[in-house]
Amino acid sequence: MKLDILKIANKKFKSRLIVGTGKYKNMQECAKAIKISGAEIVTVAVRRVNILDRSKPLLMDYINPKKIMYLPNTAGCFTSNDALRTLRLAREIGGWKIVKLEVLGDKKNLFPDMIETLKSTEVLTKEGFKVMVYCNDDPLMCKRLENSGASAIMPLAAPIGSGLGIQNKTNIKILRHQTKVPLIIDAGIGQASDAVEAMEMGCDAVLINTAIAKAKKPFQMAEAMKYAVISGRKSFLSGRIMPNFQGSPSTTKKGLI
Amino acid sequence: MNKKNKIKIVVNGKFLTVNLKFTLKNLVEKLKTPINKVAIELNEEIVDKKKLNKVFLKNKDKIEIVHFIGGG
Repeated sequence: MKLDILKIANKKFKSRLIVGTGKYKNMQECAKAIKISGAEIVTVAVRRVNILDRSKPLLMDYINPKKIMYLPNTAGCFTSNDALRTLRLAREIGGWKIVKLEVLGDKKNLFPDMIETLKSTEVLTKEGFKVMVYCNDDPLMCKRLENSGASAIMPLAAPIGSGLGIQNKTNIKILRHQTKVPLIIDAGIGQASDAVEAMEMGCDAVLINTAIAKAKKPFQMAEAMKYAVISGRKSFLSGRIMPNFQGSPSTTKKGLI
Repeated sequence: MNKKNKIKIVVNGKFLTVNLKFTLKNLVEKLKTPINKVAIELNEEIVDKKKLNKVFLKNKDKIEIVHFIGGG
């Protein structure tokens, strides 16, 4: 079978599961879950170095950025300026150009502020960044993001960390239809079947953090998500049968005694 | 301690008193910062990590040193 490659900003990936590195008990657990998930891209956040306690473990000591692509994000940013500042710093740490933009507008539900998001996408694209954009599921705003040079459109399926599954199937289907760059479900996945569903709808990848990190058995869930994404993708590519309200026997009548 | 020879700077939100003619390079050495794993801002402007020894700090300078942590 021909290899099914995911291409983001001209970089090729075999895995269609992107995982976050937050909310784990410790770095060891995080690193092991990532390994099991088979993810080739992980999101990371930019924060102040603890200058008082240098014994704190560093993410880079556990997850080798030469082996797994770091996708710096702007988690916690509520304005375009904060997001731009954060990503410029991220680029400075080690030349990261592919970034995840996330400008929040709503502290309670963590919904994105799409006006600030669009503004930031325009600036970052001009500065040479390849911007993967966390966004809402509004087809008009998503089209605008795409037109302003976004490298991936990453709509939420439900609020970040909610685990509610895909609450906006119609909009995601419309987005699938109109989006030419990779379409990635960024938030709301709760269990493996949600990931399967996203992939069966034709999404190019899913991004999961909480559903793995906060599962009772994170390693087992990481594995479940790995196979869910593979399974959903294969199912999508296989050309499903048309749903039918009448039964159709699986066994021929020929030779019936 | 002669106060005239000292300046106060803010690093990651914390006050530090250092000598006059203290450079950013002196600062990262003092803090034992793994330079290849961080980015540095001086008064909200990113500083080229290759030129740290040329940047002399002034009183009330604000320095941010950031790195990657786990996040979704």
